[in-house]
Amino acid sequence: MPHAPHPRRRFEIWVGARDSLPMLLGAAPFGIIFGTLAVPSGLSALGALAMSLFVFAGSSQFIALNLLAGGAALPVILLTTFVVNLRHALYSATLLPHVAGLRQRWRIPLAFWLTDETFAVVQLRYAAPDLSPHKHWYYLGSCLAMYGNWFLCTLVGVVLGRSIPGLEHLGLEFAMAATFTGIVVPMLRNLPMLGAALAAAAVALAARGLPYKLGLVLAALAGVVVGVVLEELREAHARP
Amino acid sequence: MRGHEVALIAGMTAVTFLVRYAFFALGDRLAFPPLAHRALRYVPVAVLTAIVAPMVLLPDGAHWQLDWHNAWLLGALVTGLIAWRFNHLLASITGGLLVFFLYRWVVGG
Repeated sequence: MPHAPHPRRRFEIWVGARDSLPMLLGAAPFGIIFGTLAVPSGLSALGALAMSLFVFAGSSQFIALNLLAGGAALPVILLTTFVVNLRHALYSATLLPHVAGLRQRWRIPLAFWLTDETFAVVQLRYAAPDLSPHKHWYYLGSCLAMYGNWFLCTLVGVVLGRSIPGLEHLGLEFAMAATFTGIVVPMLRNLPMLGAALAAAAVALAARGLPYKLGLVLAALAGVVVGVVLEELREAHARP
Repeated sequence: MRGHEVALIAGMTAVTFLVRYAFFALGDRLAFPPLAHRALRYVPVAVLTAIVAPMVLLPDGAHWQLDWHNAWLLGALVTGLIAWRFNHLLASITGGLLVFFLYRWVVGG
């Protein structure tokens, strides 16, 4: 195999990790908050670490905590995880042409570690004009940096949560509400998105009494349907 | 770890991995219908809003609290305003947390 010498690959790993640095800093507070909130939400410390190690999906981990604290049933948590993570399928569909030449022993870990952050960094690297055959090592570097960072931050959060008693009464769950609000609000720049948010909120409030947090599933569905319908209507309206 | 916790983590691991791996595994034999593409863009807004709205408007989980004594509502509004104006996630969270904790400290709510 006409492989370039090893240092070239090591360099790609290093640059991939380095380019992910802003993402590491951005993810760190969430890892720490996740670890801190896990035990008060009803997950064990070991469970929190295992979740970061095996699931490795920030937003669904947060949502799982929220659902767990609210007494949701396992199928509801799994369904929500599926829906929230569906966007990753879009990422892997986008990256597929670049990994199609790799063996499954590469594709499996690269899929496992595919996150929003790594996708953002890696698709830029793949779009770069140079024809390096080692771009998947860059991908790997970003993955390893994000993975290590997420696990360590979870660990820090768990330790913090344990060493500061009564932390759960501080209202730290507000950090979760603030995080979600901060993510959602900038997305409300057009009518379909706004409609989706309002519909989801209305159904969530109206159906909050349903058991197993089923109201969340209904609300998400309502939001998506309203958003898509409004978008279709707008397009139909714009057509001559 | 208790049994249901193992089931939870195993289930979430399987679901998350399969979603991420499906295209890498099957390649071009899998295609996203355009409607699914479109619907996916509304998932984050719908799910996150559905979680936040009850947390903020009924902080104790049972009673509506639509007034200025509600630190959750106040904090979320500040977070939203900063996010809207500056489009900076960490700044908006920090601002919201600051208002939330200051308010609870001052009012003792």
